[in-house]
Amino acid sequence: MPRQIAFYGKGGIGKSTTSQNTLAALVEMDQKILIVGCDPKADSTRLILNTKLQDTVLHLAAEAGSVEDLELEDVMKIGYKGIKCTEAGGPEPGVGCAGRGVITAINFLEENGAYDDVDYVSYDVLGDVVCGGFAMPIRENKAQEIYIVMSGEMMALFAANNIAKGILKYAGSGGVRLGGLICNERQTDRELDLAETLAKRINTQMIHFVPRNNIVQHAELRRQTVIQYAPDSSQAAEYRQLATKIHANAGKGTIPTPITMEELEDLLLEFGIMKSDDQALAELEAKEKSVG
Amino acid sequence: MSLDNINDTAANEALIKEVLDQYPEKAAKKRARHLGTVKSDAEGNPTCGVKSNIKSVPGVMTVRGCAYAGAKGVVWGPVKDMVHISHGPIGCGQYSWSQRRNYFTGTVGIDSFVTMQVTSDFQERDIVFGGDKNLDKMIDELEVLFPLNNGISILSECPIGLIGDDIEAVSKKKGKELGKKVIPVRCEGFRGVSQSLGHHIANDAIRDWVFDKGIPEWEGTPYDVNLIADYNIGGDAWPSRKLLEEIGLRVIGSWSGDATLAEIERAPRAKLNLIHCYRSMNYICRHMEEKYEIPWVEYNFFGPTQIAASLRKIAAQFDETIQANAEKVIAKYQPLVDGVLARFKPRLEGKTVMLYVGGLRPRHTATAYDDLGMVIVGTGYEFAHNDDYQRTGHYLKEGTLIYDDVSEFELEKFIEKLRPDLVGSGIKEKYSTQKMGVPFRQMHSWDYSGPYHGYDGFAIFARDMDMAVNAPIWSKLKAPWKAA
Repeated sequence: MPRQIAFYGKGGIGKSTTSQNTLAALVEMDQKILIVGCDPKADSTRLILNTKLQDTVLHLAAEAGSVEDLELEDVMKIGYKGIKCTEAGGPEPGVGCAGRGVITAINFLEENGAYDDVDYVSYDVLGDVVCGGFAMPIRENKAQEIYIVMSGEMMALFAANNIAKGILKYAGSGGVRLGGLICNERQTDRELDLAETLAKRINTQMIHFVPRNNIVQHAELRRQTVIQYAPDSSQAAEYRQLATKIHANAGKGTIPTPITMEELEDLLLEFGIMKSDDQALAELEAKEKSVG
Repeated sequence: MSLDNINDTAANEALIKEVLDQYPEKAAKKRARHLGTVKSDAEGNPTCGVKSNIKSVPGVMTVRGCAYAGAKGVVWGPVKDMVHISHGPIGCGQYSWSQRRNYFTGTVGIDSFVTMQVTSDFQERDIVFGGDKNLDKMIDELEVLFPLNNGISILSECPIGLIGDDIEAVSKKKGKELGKKVIPVRCEGFRGVSQSLGHHIANDAIRDWVFDKGIPEWEGTPYDVNLIADYNIGGDAWPSRKLLEEIGLRVIGSWSGDATLAEIERAPRAKLNLIHCYRSMNYICRHMEEKYEIPWVEYNFFGPTQIAASLRKIAAQFDETIQANAEKVIAKYQPLVDGVLARFKPRLEGKTVMLYVGGLRPRHTATAYDDLGMVIVGTGYEFAHNDDYQRTGHYLKEGTLIYDDVSEFELEKFIEKLRPDLVGSGIKEKYSTQKMGVPFRQMHSWDYSGPYHGYDGFAIFARDMDMAVNAPIWSKLKAPWKAA
């Protein structure tokens, strides 16, 4: 059985970018990899394929009539250094049920042998775990470890704690564990410190702190990972480090201990990310006085 | 076989306690509110004050249906010149196919579609991508296959509500294109506690998608009435309509058994609404009363006592001619009634009956049994509300056992202890009851018989009850190897 991992995190935090760069580094370590994109936008494999994948599982299934009419070859494309790429796809915004689509697609891939002969299966799941469908990769016999991509921003921290709750829910019935937090630097105050503190509080590790670097955007504009675009850059070295850490982290995941909303708010107050009501009011009054 | 002490309050209360003792504390507390006996209020009128219309207790088997069952199976399904789409996966349509025995005149597949099963047969693809496009296409295909249909109803199954398909938008678009009524009914099965909410939702669809689209011109008479909420099971609406016409009224709409869409459209032109099944269509009658100032009266055409009372009550809403006609009609049928009673009453007198049905039957049929000399010892509703129980007390005798949303366990226990001579309930109860050695009639479908309404129906009702109670099979139940 391949090792199955999944990337979760707040929308726009850089899950797809981080996961693809990390996987590109993993493939350099002679690992055979399958990516399962679980986002109707189907952009989880763009940097590996150097193009947006058009033939998503659900799109083709809809054309053919049903998912039973598909062959694995129809939906699996080969990208950077042999990485196998699939996208669940899904409906246009506002209709149907994308969550059910994720379930259908994952079942199809599994049943049709997409998971055979690979060392890693990596799920890239859309921003919020909005319903049971998007929790599919954390359920029984799917991902063993979840990596939460976050930053020092308030909403990213809330999302990380919520995802930890989701993992805790399924940790008892299945084998899912929290692999760690990946902090994508946003240059907020005391970001590293905060990420490490949160990691400790929810019983995990901050597995890597990925510094902010514009080269990521430069590579992305060319539909490439940094590993491919600038293999000798310092940023490429960061992703290689992350890949090495994840590779070594097999079986070391933990059952998270998500904290309450109040505890989280206290933590944010402590780090000055959030202001207390008194503080906010005092500042507002001071501002009004200065204007008046 | 009956017990001597029938409708004994103390014995029945003890029986309820015995049944409740089998439950865990929480379930017992909940179920206790749904079980009781008929009592006298301060003025000496019998009442039954059980709780109703509450979610069934998990873990006990309930025979209730769902909102889709109420909207499709009861209210819309019998409208004969419309195609009714069970919108969603195939099971709901397939397993409810043609079960209510709603009779109609017409040619199936040409101008009538009641006994057809039309479904959008949702597949995984429709769930993921939404089913609106398929629905649109399906309506076009139905139009080609059945050009004489006068309208289409779209009855939502659960997944439609879960994925949020916009069936209203499809209805508007197709209605405009076809120049026909295309009516969306949001009766997803998970809504509400029983089929009852489905009736309400279906009534609302009549208001919003039929009445509010315009009432056709109609050359009326002062005697125009609607016969509301008779579903023509086994042909029930026909003898009812015959009686109303015989007293001089003109039935301009018969809902929804054997109904056409036109009869629903023109209903607000009537002078009076006569409502048979209060539970399933009181909503639209109240709406017609408010908006079109049409009064409504309830009536009961089960058994000669109630038929006569109802005919007089209806006639009292009109002039002396109608009132005189009512007396003539009652007198005309008296020989038929006498004949039926002479033949069957001696065979049924004193026999005890337990009922467990839906709608209005737990009370309305009680007096038909009374007419035959039979005694109701227990009755209950699947999906009644408080106002149904308020209407029930005066049909029953003090001490009668009352059970709301009864579980299979409770009902079996009650039958075992009360040992009635006849049980009237549904298909799910039929064989287990007969295996207990107790005669049974299905009182939802009339056990493939009927009609039971009106004087004509009473004759059939009496024959059927006799056939069940006095069937020779019941004397053969004793195992020959057991000593007498």
